[in-house]
Amino acid sequence: MSAVLNDPAVGRKPLIVAFCCNWCSYAGADLAGTSRMHYPSNVKVIRVPCSGRINPMFVLRAFQRGADGVLVAGCHPGDCHYSTGNYHSRRRLSAFKRLLEFAGFEPERFEVRWISASEGDKFAEEMEAMTAKIMALGPNRKMRDARWQSKSLSK
Amino acid sequence: MPRTGVFICHCGTNIAATVDIDKVVEAARSFPGVVHAEDYRYLCSEVGQDLIKKAIKEHNLDRVVVGTCSPRMHENTFRKAAAEAGLNPFLLEVANIREQCSWVHRDIAEATPKAVALVRAATAKAAQNDPLEAPSMEVEKRALVIGGGIAGIQAALDIAEAGFTVDIVEREPSIGGRMAQLEKTFPTLDCSACILTPKMVEVAQHPNINLLTYSEVEQVNGFVGQFDVTIRKKARSVDATRCTGCGICHEKCPKKAPAEFEMGRSTRKAIYVPFPQAVPNVPVIDRQACLYFQKGRCQICAKECPAEAIDFEQQDELLERRYGAIIVSTGFDQMDPSGYGEYGYGQHPDILTGLEFERLFNASGPTGGKVVRFSDGKPPKKVVFIQCVGSRDKARGMNYCSKICCMYTAKQAILLKEKVPDARSYIFYIDVRAAGKGYEEFQRRAAEEYDVAYLRGQVGKIFPENDYLVVKGVDSLSGKTIEIKADMVVLAAASIARADAPVVGRILGINSDSYHFFNEAHPKLRPVETHTAGVFIAGACQAPKDIPDTVAQAGAAAAKTVSLLSKEVLQGEACTAVVNQAECSGCLYCEAVCPYGAVSAVEIEERSAGGTIKRTVAEVNAALCQGCGSCTAICRSGSINLKGFSNEQILAEVDAICLQC
Amino acid sequence: MVSIIKSRMLEEMKLQSGQDPACCYQCAKCSAACPVTAAMDLLPHQVIRYLQLGLEVELLESRTPWICASCFTCAARCPRDLDLARMMEGVRLAILRRREGNMFGPANLSPEQLAKLPQQALVSGFRKYNK
Repeated sequence: MSAVLNDPAVGRKPLIVAFCCNWCSYAGADLAGTSRMHYPSNVKVIRVPCSGRINPMFVLRAFQRGADGVLVAGCHPGDCHYSTGNYHSRRRLSAFKRLLEFAGFEPERFEVRWISASEGDKFAEEMEAMTAKIMALGPNRKMRDARWQSKSLSK
Repeated sequence: MPRTGVFICHCGTNIAATVDIDKVVEAARSFPGVVHAEDYRYLCSEVGQDLIKKAIKEHNLDRVVVGTCSPRMHENTFRKAAAEAGLNPFLLEVANIREQCSWVHRDIAEATPKAVALVRAATAKAAQNDPLEAPSMEVEKRALVIGGGIAGIQAALDIAEAGFTVDIVEREPSIGGRMAQLEKTFPTLDCSACILTPKMVEVAQHPNINLLTYSEVEQVNGFVGQFDVTIRKKARSVDATRCTGCGICHEKCPKKAPAEFEMGRSTRKAIYVPFPQAVPNVPVIDRQACLYFQKGRCQICAKECPAEAIDFEQQDELLERRYGAIIVSTGFDQMDPSGYGEYGYGQHPDILTGLEFERLFNASGPTGGKVVRFSDGKPPKKVVFIQCVGSRDKARGMNYCSKICCMYTAKQAILLKEKVPDARSYIFYIDVRAAGKGYEEFQRRAAEEYDVAYLRGQVGKIFPENDYLVVKGVDSLSGKTIEIKADMVVLAAASIARADAPVVGRILGINSDSYHFFNEAHPKLRPVETHTAGVFIAGACQAPKDIPDTVAQAGAAAAKTVSLLSKEVLQGEACTAVVNQAECSGCLYCEAVCPYGAVSAVEIEERSAGGTIKRTVAEVNAALCQGCGSCTAICRSGSINLKGFSNEQILAEVDAICLQC
Repeated sequence: MVSIIKSRMLEEMKLQSGQDPACCYQCAKCSAACPVTAAMDLLPHQVIRYLQLGLEVELLESRTPWICASCFTCAARCPRDLDLARMMEGVRLAILRRREGNMFGPANLSPEQLAKLPQQALVSGFRKYNK
């Protein structure tokens, strides 16, 4: 119980990792920037070639490293630059979300969104919404490996 | 330990206004592997790039990280700079601290730590980067066009004129396709054969074009730049080198068979050319019909041929050829409307499809160019045309609009009036689609000047009565039911994909939609490319299309082909997947998910338990791989990895980005 | 192309039949196929058009939904896969709900008619015309 009091995670800002596909959602994020749309700085983007590249291990790793929310953003179904990648990610990640729930983790911390290259406003809106939701849920205590933070903080 | 250099750009005030550059540089100095960190106002400028190049050399850097605008903007710029300094371009990573940081956050106290995190993530990724080379592939400077209709003909001519060799493979004994079956074309009322045959002759005579008619593509292996194709030249039973095209053989042949060119409405001989202007003008023996091949008799053609060109012993020939690019222009079919019982197609000889009606006007058609009824040979005075038979039909047909029927029906009504001056046309339509250049004017001409009654409505039933056909329909605009005692009914049946389009698609490795039309790579911006590199599509095999659009598309496909064939070598994608075959379990899920067919099964030999075993594993063809990573995500044993976005690289990014300091 | 003006009758009909008249592009094939149009004032496709336009009053007064024999030829022909027979039934029910009392009962038939008509005709007739 003392871990709660000493928990360096309490009081810090939530972290949301967003995996964005190069051809649609990453471009959409860029468009949000070009259009000077503002969203919370809690969101940090990692670029991948396709949402189909996302191995659920990456998501788990993010949660283990202390991310409070993870978002995967890809092209709209039917529009994948690689034609079928987002179909696979859609199936894989929806099953994975159920798995998170089954394992006792809050499934709302993990979301998948389809954002096209022209939807800069949608990107900003989704980031706002996600941040607000994660703020309400509180810090990710269940999967966060506290040793990682303290190990790297002491470096 | 890598020797990483970090370069942070101010981008004027674009980044510097909301991100404390000094703090980011300071933080970068403490990242693992970083031996040099500096900033500059405009890193993408020539001065900025020189700064990077100089630092690479001075500090012996083997990794570079730039904190700048989006990689979608300048990744290539910085990669080229690194390459010029002797560093492999793929050892450079970009941290997007402008579009995704300084431009979207207001508070410098928030944007700065985020910029630090993003640069840290890029540094961690770069540490895992390996030098990569984009593979170079040879290009065979020869193109294959599958389908010798107007699309294939035009594409071949454009490619040949650019100086490249082209082979046209055409299934029928002659090139010409659907356009050869037409009498006149809208909206100009040009004689179709008159504008087509000069192109057909040009194709036959062009030194760069080889015509392989009565031939089919059987197999396609290989990939862009090196397609290895097997073509079956079917046996004509006629020696093309001796045949003079005199026509005596089919004149004397005693055996008849239904003429495919006339949709079975008249006959041709067992030895035949499909139409008089056939190119090449070399007949073909239909061995299923021929009395010699079926019963061992006759041989009249061989006896009569003055050039001794008949060769009953001729066999199919298999050709193996290599091509750099392939264009698919296999065309379309007209739907058989027998499924619409209310229209009675097939129940009465005077109920025709649009294409069958077209043939009546042609001098070599089933009625010798006279527009008469099949039932009694009399000219029809009242012809009912029904649009949208099988098109725009979600319930029993195709949900799409076939695009050309409104126009060709208007054309046929005009032609009818010219051939049979006292004829009247009734056209039942739902909407008239006349969107092309000169199309609306043409359709109005038909409606206003040619005794055509355009009735907005449809037909519920057609049945024969005495020697006419009773057509019961409705005009929706007036709300009146209509009954017409017609002499002939013409159904504008839907344009559909050819029945063997799925087979062709599979042979070539290209996708089709649910109607079996071939898929373009992007419906707006890439109308002639497919997702298979090096295979292009043109004409009605992609979607129902009129002649102007077909010719335009053929030219576009030719341009893409010429651009491909003009390259000395082809640069492939550098960030491709690679299999660790020792760890691969051979489940081949990767092969199943790859959209490009870049993964295949291969047998390897391994030493195991003192002996040697053969095992099936996966192998990636780097030339075809486009680097999507679907295979990498699905691999159960983690033995396939994606260069440039490897598991190690992405995990390193995740680790670094989650650090809250 | 199709304008849908919301009306209560339209919503009732949609709920009843599960069919959406927005799909209809007024090709009029249903009317062309219908065997009893001679007795109708509005043609079947016009009934659908009136639904699309919310012309409830005209529909209330039309004979057409009652002439409809429920032969299903229209539904079989419709290229938009609309079940017109069901929609017509929906219109009939909507009309009946707005009426006082039933339209047609045994009292409307003479004893001879009641005796001669097949039982099934009587049952389906009363069903068609009554709430």
